[in-house]
Amino acid sequence: MIRLQDMIRISDYEWEIPRSRRADMRVPVRIFATRKMLENVLDDGSLEQAVNSATLPGLIGPVVVMPDMHQGYGFPIGGVAATAYPQGVISPGGIGYDINCGVCLLASGIEFDAARPHLDTLATRLNTHCPSGVGVEGVLRVTVPELDRVMIEGARWAFKNGYANEQDLARTEENGCLEDADPAAVSDRAKQRGREQIGSLGAGNHFIEVDVIEDVVDSAAAAAFGLRQGCLALQIHCGSRGLGHQVCTDYVQEFQAAVRRFRIELPDRELVCAPMDSPEGRAYLGAMRAAANFAFANRRILAHSARRAFEEVFAGKEKGWHLSQVYDLAHNIGKVETHIVDGKPVKVCVHRKGATRAFGPGAPGLPQEFRQTGQPVLVPGSMGTSSWVLAGMEASMRRSWGSSCHGAGRVMSRAKAKREIRGDALRRDLEGRGIMIRAGSMSGLAEEAPAAYKDVDAVVEIVAAASLARKVARLRPVAVIKG
Amino acid sequence: MPSDRGFKELPHTADRAIRVWAPDPAGLFAEAARGMYALMGARTGAKTASIRTFESAGPDLESLLVAFLSELIYLAEGERLAFTRIRGRAGETAEGWDLKVDMEGESLLSMSKSVKAATYHHLRVNRFAGRCEAEIVFDV
Repeated sequence: MIRLQDMIRISDYEWEIPRSRRADMRVPVRIFATRKMLENVLDDGSLEQAVNSATLPGLIGPVVVMPDMHQGYGFPIGGVAATAYPQGVISPGGIGYDINCGVCLLASGIEFDAARPHLDTLATRLNTHCPSGVGVEGVLRVTVPELDRVMIEGARWAFKNGYANEQDLARTEENGCLEDADPAAVSDRAKQRGREQIGSLGAGNHFIEVDVIEDVVDSAAAAAFGLRQGCLALQIHCGSRGLGHQVCTDYVQEFQAAVRRFRIELPDRELVCAPMDSPEGRAYLGAMRAAANFAFANRRILAHSARRAFEEVFAGKEKGWHLSQVYDLAHNIGKVETHIVDGKPVKVCVHRKGATRAFGPGAPGLPQEFRQTGQPVLVPGSMGTSSWVLAGMEASMRRSWGSSCHGAGRVMSRAKAKREIRGDALRRDLEGRGIMIRAGSMSGLAEEAPAAYKDVDAVVEIVAAASLARKVARLRPVAVIKG
Repeated sequence: MPSDRGFKELPHTADRAIRVWAPDPAGLFAEAARGMYALMGARTGAKTASIRTFESAGPDLESLLVAFLSELIYLAEGERLAFTRIRGRAGETAEGWDLKVDMEGESLLSMSKSVKAATYHHLRVNRFAGRCEAEIVFDV
């Protein structure tokens, strides 16, 4: 077990587990956390998982862990690792089963006070138009050839089919489309699951949340992002559904043989990997990008459905009802990016598992309106607490592979949450605090109770203090739809 | 007195984990399926809806266990089937292990929880005299 005395304190917010901690580590682990946060995760296995991740071949620079870290499988949640491209490895477990799980934020000009009488109806309409729940089918059913186009084009497919506008694409990480996606590398089973589930939210910790923009901390950045204090916004949290789960399952299984073939020794079989320039590595990269593009399209279809709900409830009653995209980003993904290593630009594959890209001002690929501010970084809280909009900072490029935290991070197991929290009581409590709830099951609601999560404000304080991202606005939930 | 076969949920911060035990590898696979369906909150119809055989070969029992559970996850989500009567044979070969499982299943009426995947995370099938056990982490 990792102990506090195994770590070197860099600052109040940054710690290092040196390479010398274990003989098989290839790089150190850098952790962004306070001492108290570290003490709280010492026995949950996440730091051990970070050390295991630091044994992957071809790693460049430290494995980075965000303050919302918690126990995962293989990699910790909140982990970021960069491998040399293309000779380094790619690890499906370092990206996760829900490939391109991510968050989309849309903002409106509807004042909360004007919207308040309509929130109940809005929650019902969102719940009707955005299918959610375990194994629930989506609003569309596409043919396999059409699904292949979705996987190649991502959000561009949604644009061509009337589910998105040009601004949506410009304000999406990678414009909502990873190049070199290869549907041929995606199994028939994965496609079968995807064609039935496109346009659905899923269950678990996925949600649609209506928020009010409670505090604006950086008014210039908020203006650039389209956030107006006191107005409604909407978050969508979901990913690539069964298609992505099947892609990861297929390749974790296939890579069990690859690590033997490439004689890669690993401390945990969930970390299996293959060189990116090998046939196995290329196949996974193509399939993972295809699943990521499916997820970008999926969130666009859900956003389209949410816009329909807003139109039905507010058109003709309130001004500013149109939902404009703030940003859409991934927090489970592997991407080839250029980072400065030893003073030189180097192409690396950044694995982000439960971590968000946080490119700072001037970074390539950002739309014109975000060039001065840096990229919006979306940090959803739990359904009863704040969420945050941050802006990426230049220091994140040097310290965290251009990454920041992705949420509050769990502290309580789902089983314990269900034992200690009653879903119906939680629902009454949240509704008593003015938060409308639409949930597929009360036990599922209990699992996602705010008490099961860390204090998102404390998490955000750390990334801000470490200059990975700066605060722009705080959101407060007023309606939550969960599967 | 504890049963010679069964499963028990273990604590995990974000996902779900179970400990499974049985007298032999084939029994372990059946108990792992039972444990996974319990995590899913699977509710099934009364009539047998499907009879299937799952066959696989692998270098070790862990890879067969993940392959078997992955098959059941796919069948639950893709075909709405849950297999509650499972009889199998697992035998050692020169290359590793062979598995053949005969399964009878029912229509899956509902699931309260989505299980995305069975993982290899710290997965080890331990075999003692007359007893097999494993701890399995599921992504949910």
